[in-house]
Amino acid sequence: MNAPVFSVPDTIGAAARGLPARGGVGLKPEHFREILATAPDIGFFEIHAENYMVDGGPFHHYLGRIRERYPLSIHGVGLSIGGESPLDADHLDRLAMLLARYQPESFSEHLAWASHGDVFLNDLLPVPYHAGTLARVCDHIDQVQDRLRRRMLLENPATYVEFAASTMAETEFIAEVVRRTGCGLLLDVNNVHVACVNHHRDPYAYIDALPAEAVGQIHLAGFAQDVDAAGEPLLIDSHGAPVAQAVWDLYRHALARVGPVATLIERDNDIPALPVLLAEAHQAERLMGEALAPSIARGFPCGACA
Amino acid sequence: MRGMRVSDQRIFADALLTGRPSCPPGLTAWNGSDPERRFAIYRSNVIVSLIDALADTFPVTQQLVGEEFFRAMARLFVQEHPPRSRILAFYGEGLANFIEAFAPAAAVPYLADVARLEMLRVSAYHAADAMPLTAEAISRLLADVAVLPEARIGLHPSLAVLRSGHAVVSLWAAHQAADAAQALAAVDPEAAETALVLRAGLDVEISRIPDGAAAFIEQMRQGAAFGDAAEQASAADPAFDLAATLGLLMRGGAITTMTIPRSATS
Repeated sequence: MNAPVFSVPDTIGAAARGLPARGGVGLKPEHFREILATAPDIGFFEIHAENYMVDGGPFHHYLGRIRERYPLSIHGVGLSIGGESPLDADHLDRLAMLLARYQPESFSEHLAWASHGDVFLNDLLPVPYHAGTLARVCDHIDQVQDRLRRRMLLENPATYVEFAASTMAETEFIAEVVRRTGCGLLLDVNNVHVACVNHHRDPYAYIDALPAEAVGQIHLAGFAQDVDAAGEPLLIDSHGAPVAQAVWDLYRHALARVGPVATLIERDNDIPALPVLLAEAHQAERLMGEALAPSIARGFPCGACA
Repeated sequence: MRGMRVSDQRIFADALLTGRPSCPPGLTAWNGSDPERRFAIYRSNVIVSLIDALADTFPVTQQLVGEEFFRAMARLFVQEHPPRSRILAFYGEGLANFIEAFAPAAAVPYLADVARLEMLRVSAYHAADAMPLTAEAISRLLADVAVLPEARIGLHPSLAVLRSGHAVVSLWAAHQAADAAQALAAVDPEAAETALVLRAGLDVEISRIPDGAAAFIEQMRQGAAFGDAAEQASAADPAFDLAATLGLLMRGGAITTMTIPRSATS
């Protein structure tokens, strides 16, 4: 059931090619001019879809020029795939228009809900994991992939609470969504770290439990620290700090399982100068290179045989 | 059955926005700690991110009343008027009306109009693109006095006019100055002003225009013929200067089309 419907060829090859296995950064208006003036060596840029759902002006002016020079990831934050409400057909149409205009190499959204009825809450809210929510999330992803005529990547969430109603582990839920819908995964390694600290789980086992072959992109970000009512650490996915060492370590583990894959440095608050973000993206590329090195070494004997 | 209950996400959303209940039922934590503390992270994310979105749109409004007052007011606005759109750039569209009815802000009678101006500025920034007519094309039409009175002028989608009983442009401009306090001291907030908001290229410009120019622009926007619009503008403002108004619009690239109805050319 739920045979992938996005096998219709893309009108151009960007989506089929996918993002390069390189580091990328979020595109911020404060960096528009600098990017065009300095042409930094970076694998790709990512935008939040909703920020560009405007008629014209500087956002489209700069994005058009930057997209001509770099691969692009479009990342939605407002589709509310985990919502009880039906998907917003108008919003899906706007997304389809945006994707048609910029032909991004990748489109991703979240395993979360963000709106209820006609109220938009502007946050990625948690979903209980059971048969009912599984069916609903899969149905929504089928609709998205049908409408956009492409495979989407689904991002694992950073959560602060769990639900008594849940009957499945988050990894089990995500793996089943991938199996049923054919969607890919956006593995947010910071979210894995945050959620696993918050729920006292093993982040390495979490990554091992996901279908590695489905991972089409990785996100890295910084978090803020708080404590829960019992004084235990509670991490907040703030996107307002550099990537933490624990997240780099976990990223190494993810690379060993997944192989080199497009990796975004996400920064939405306290945005630093562009070179600071580029340096983090280049750090991700160095770790990709290290992850690749052993397999190249393994390949040498064969090469020598030839 | 699950489907028969009041929607779980409805309860969750109400708890986020109103604090009633303070924490939705059915939440757990691995260590058995009170989930309300954990749930509060979501409430903070929702409310603070929306207040931040408003602060981005209304920097001068915020400066006029101070950050603490602005954020407290914005919090009430968020709770009473949560976004109905996923596109947050325009979320502040209801804030000026809210300010007008917000008693604690009554001591700053021009606050609502400054907020209106700032919202128009954001709308102009994101408005559709349109190529201005060249000066040559405009001059050619202006010279064709036989049909000019029947001409319709199309204006740039970013263009907006705001009439205020307060010195809305001067107040806004004073906050762009290096020494805002000194610039502000020179402004009489009770002097009525009319603002023209227009994106020229990539930059939104805010300027003060005479009433006659505002009347002419409003007539044009409503599709009035050039001759009628000029007449109405003169009636509204005896000092109306047609040439100066056209010069202002041409310099800002605001004239995007000029058409002569078929009936006028036959």
